[in-house]
Amino acid sequence: MANVLLIAEHDGTNLNPSTAKSVACAANIEGAEVHVLVLAADAAGVAAEASRLDSVAKVLTVSNPANENALAAVLAPQIVALADGYDYVFGPSTTFGKDLMPRVAAMLGVNQISDIMSVEGSHTFKRPVYAGNAIVTVNAPEGHTVVATVRTASYRAVGSDNAAPVEAVDPGVELPTHTRFVELQTGQSDRPDLQTAARVVSGGRALGSSESFDIIYALADKLAAGVGASRAAVDAGYVPNDMQVGQTGKIIAPDLYLAIGISGAIQHLTGIKDAGTIVAINKDEEAPIFEVADIGLVADLFDAVPELTEALD
Amino acid sequence: MEKILVGLKRAVDYNVRVRVKSDGSGVETDGVKMSINPFDEIALEEALRIRERGEASEVIVLSIGPGDAQQQLRTGLAMGADRAILVEADAALDALDRARVFKAIVDREGVELVVLGKQAIDDDNNQTGQMLAAVWDRPQATFASEVAIDGNTARVTREVDAGLETIEVDLPAVITADLRLNDPRYVKLPDIMKAKKKPLDTLALADLGIEASPAIEETHFAPPEARQKGIMVDDVSGLVTALKDKGLI
Ligand SMILES: Cc1cc2nc3c(=O)[nH]c(=O)nc-3n(C[C@H](O)[C@H](O)[C@H](O)COP(=O)(O)OP(=O)(O)OC[C@H]3O[C@@H](n4cnc5c(N)ncnc54)[C@H](O)[C@@H]3O)c2cc1C
Repeated sequence: MANVLLIAEHDGTNLNPSTAKSVACAANIEGAEVHVLVLAADAAGVAAEASRLDSVAKVLTVSNPANENALAAVLAPQIVALADGYDYVFGPSTTFGKDLMPRVAAMLGVNQISDIMSVEGSHTFKRPVYAGNAIVTVNAPEGHTVVATVRTASYRAVGSDNAAPVEAVDPGVELPTHTRFVELQTGQSDRPDLQTAARVVSGGRALGSSESFDIIYALADKLAAGVGASRAAVDAGYVPNDMQVGQTGKIIAPDLYLAIGISGAIQHLTGIKDAGTIVAINKDEEAPIFEVADIGLVADLFDAVPELTEALD
Repeated sequence: MEKILVGLKRAVDYNVRVRVKSDGSGVETDGVKMSINPFDEIALEEALRIRERGEASEVIVLSIGPGDAQQQLRTGLAMGADRAILVEADAALDALDRARVFKAIVDREGVELVVLGKQAIDDDNNQTGQMLAAVWDRPQATFASEVAIDGNTARVTREVDAGLETIEVDLPAVITADLRLNDPRYVKLPDIMKAKKKPLDTLALADLGIEASPAIEETHFAPPEARQKGIMVDDVSGLVTALKDKGLI
């Protein structure tokens, strides 16, 4: 048997979809028994959600006011205290997991495997390197806990027809106070979440201003799509950072991705490799985005996008 | 504070189209342009600005890697770092060992702030800063887009999936740089000349008495699966038809 401790990501109220995708990865390990650990101020609601996830054998909860915000320095010692007896400790490769899991790994005295995209054996995994330009097969050392993050875009969320038992646990460790949460600014939006949306419309530098981005939003709303952006559009201040797609932004896998006025730099493409259908609208027929697009249209976006929005009526 | 330590990794330049070797043993690096990992350049720029504001007195750059990494350290000195340390090691060193090297230098030098890039664009690991914070038992402020030092604390804004998170950490601490933290300065010719006179010490890994961690073995490299060739449409109505044909709208 292989015991997997999976660290749940949540916002205090809801489980983040990255957890259900990470469960799907963990379940691919032969003989896996997956336990989900919820660290929260009050873990009950999130734990109830986690207990419904298929392939989960048990949900462990730690309710502690210190866990109100996900601070790696506070969460890591609790995870390490509870990791005893587990062969694997997994988290999602979101900013939450990327921040937290290496700290856990180092405290356990092991290296970490980042961004698992497939499980090839009990200690063998595939992961992307060089912005996804190479896929490397890695072997974790036998006889040591395997700490890893899961590239969530490589997995489909497990279903939620389960009723796994929930158990409160006490890590019994002292927590540091050297790291303090101040505030979180989020771009409130009623649009589908970029990381889980079935359709995503992204705009690039070509939009030229945040006002011009309105045509992207209008098209996205017609398609009930989430909205993303290239780094250039974020850097120029047209849209907030949480909309960046790519190597250093979000790695997404929608069924439909529309890249509008985006050239297709490798750092951007690595974020959309798993998209079902990629549509590109660009006025330069030589733009590298056309090398990966399933449907390409050479056009001025300021004509084509409003026309497309209209045509979708 | 006295000293800031910055890591500079020698990595394949971000403009290079990386190719996997035909025998699957790695990626082609012969004759390929090497540079400072872009995130590390941003980390160094931030450290220099902290020093220039009078909040620190010395910036030390550290590279762990082959002898050639001296080039990247010289660039760092030309940008304005005060001195450099090269810890000569096999390029395949794992992140925990790198973190232990940083920790050894932190102890030797009495460093109060370490600024690293959030990830290296070769292995894309995004681990070393967090691991250093763990082995040092100090705070970590990863993916920073804004840093303000205030006496013995640092206030750091972090780029997270939900937006921008601000945290406060006590020093000593580890900060890792995200892309929007700053725009690194350009190096001018006189700076390159001056950098030649700045101290660059070389240490062997063995000098630091670091215990090697259980290694992750990279057994095979392959190119990613290619996407199937797509179609070009002439106009918006062609695009709508193509989307309908695929059942997407
Ligand atoms: C370490 C590192 C990490 C990075 N991480 C990321 C990342 O996570 N995500 C990311 O996106 N980038 C990332 N980048 C940046 C990346 O290299 C590119 O610079 C960026 O993606 C370019 O954005 P863009 O395509 O919007 O802009 P550009 O490359 O300037 O492309 C604009 C495109 O718009 C087209 N265009 C212009 N006007 C019109 C018009 N009227 N109608 C139609 N088309 C038009 C042009 O033909 C061009 O193709 C990273 C870079 C580095 C060095």
